[in-house]
Amino acid sequence: MDSSAWIALALSLKVAGCATALNLVLGVGTGWLLARKRFPGRELLDAALTLPMVLPPTVLGYYLLVVIGKRGWLGAWLYETFGMQLIFTWQGAVIAATLVAFPLVLKAARAAFEGVDPQLERAARVLGLGEWAVFLRVTLPMAWNGILAGVLLAFARALGEFGATLMVAGSIPGKTQTLSIAVYEAVQAGQDSTANTLVLITSITCIAVLLSSGRLSQARSAKVMR
Amino acid sequence: MSLDVNIHKRVNSAGRSFELDVHFRTDARRTVIYGPSGAGKSLMLQAIAGLLRPDSGRIAFDGEALFDSDAAVDQPARARGFGYLFQDYALFPLLNVRQNIGFGLQRGWFNPGRHAAQEAVDRWLHAFELTEVAALRPHELSGGQCQRTALARALVNEPRALLLDEPFSALDPELRGRMRDELQALLDRIDIPMLMITHDPDDLSRFGEARLMLRDGRIVEPPRSAAAVANL
Repeated sequence: MDSSAWIALALSLKVAGCATALNLVLGVGTGWLLARKRFPGRELLDAALTLPMVLPPTVLGYYLLVVIGKRGWLGAWLYETFGMQLIFTWQGAVIAATLVAFPLVLKAARAAFEGVDPQLERAARVLGLGEWAVFLRVTLPMAWNGILAGVLLAFARALGEFGATLMVAGSIPGKTQTLSIAVYEAVQAGQDSTANTLVLITSITCIAVLLSSGRLSQARSAKVMR
Repeated sequence: MSLDVNIHKRVNSAGRSFELDVHFRTDARRTVIYGPSGAGKSLMLQAIAGLLRPDSGRIAFDGEALFDSDAAVDQPARARGFGYLFQDYALFPLLNVRQNIGFGLQRGWFNPGRHAAQEAVDRWLHAFELTEVAALRPHELSGGQCQRTALARALVNEPRALLLDEPFSALDPELRGRMRDELQALLDRIDIPMLMITHDPDDLSRFGEARLMLRDGRIVEPPRSAAAVANL
């Protein structure tokens, strides 16, 4: 079989994995902030951060080019200061996938944190815990199931990312050509057998993700009930 | 114990504004503050525990300022050294009875293990007849066991005083009487100062050496007897 298919799969998993790890940190942090802190513009911030869920990925890709492109305000600074360039790199693909999948973690995390009874956090404070310990020992474990569900969805979404990734990272085989982009390229080039292989691999990978997520949440709820 | 409370706090929620303006001092070992629901009892107790920051005023325990807006003193809840029994007990649902009781003994970022050996925890498990259910989680316990677990969790840290928020309201009437006896026996045994808030006149007559009444966010002239309270 075509080894480039496996390279595309490995790249897709790497990009989606990195994007999910980033989103876990960013989404949990922001979700907690939105759920627990009162500040002006809170709902506006939530709406702005949810935009990637409803905007077309190509529009997101365009925004990203404006920001991190070679002449973008952040991109130009990065290039001049560190000689770093994000466009047409796998790191650029990670940024695109992170942005697109972010609202899925944010929404899940905010809802999960809002579902944690603040009384439990108060109880922990009176019992002598600092704020970090309250978060790690009470809030996060209580919210974890909901967060995990969002994280798995975000991983699946990042794995299938196409539009924004194509605009930001392009389609360089072995470098930025993820599975979903490789499928498009193969079909465009009339390489039906390659397309078949890629589609098969993608489908099997997604089924594997769904199965493992199902098992994960089962094990989790079993643990909660024990 | 001597507890000095002079605080002012305005709370806005759901378009309603509530003003808490509480001034009292008590030197009794056992003080009960009685008031109808919505009088601000829980808010006041939270302010004393350090869970709610007053807009202004001063809270002092045995002469030590816990909160003083003029002197910019505001000890966090974890430093105030109170034991707090929440109305709904606020037991940690993911932890078993043993872990719940040992929660405050273990500092740092991790919860005590399921079978953590903590001598003080074993002592309280035994004292409250919870040894049998030590491995169970809160949702598997009876109401009385929940309350005993919550009490043990509050007492294991050896607090300087116990704050009780409507300790019997979550129990059915039959159990309520028994738990009252239990709590009184416990208070007699360990001789810990306590401040209780309640809307139940029976608690007032039973536990109050000093009796205060809170109404609409203010301390008002306390009733003389339980019978007088019942007529309010």
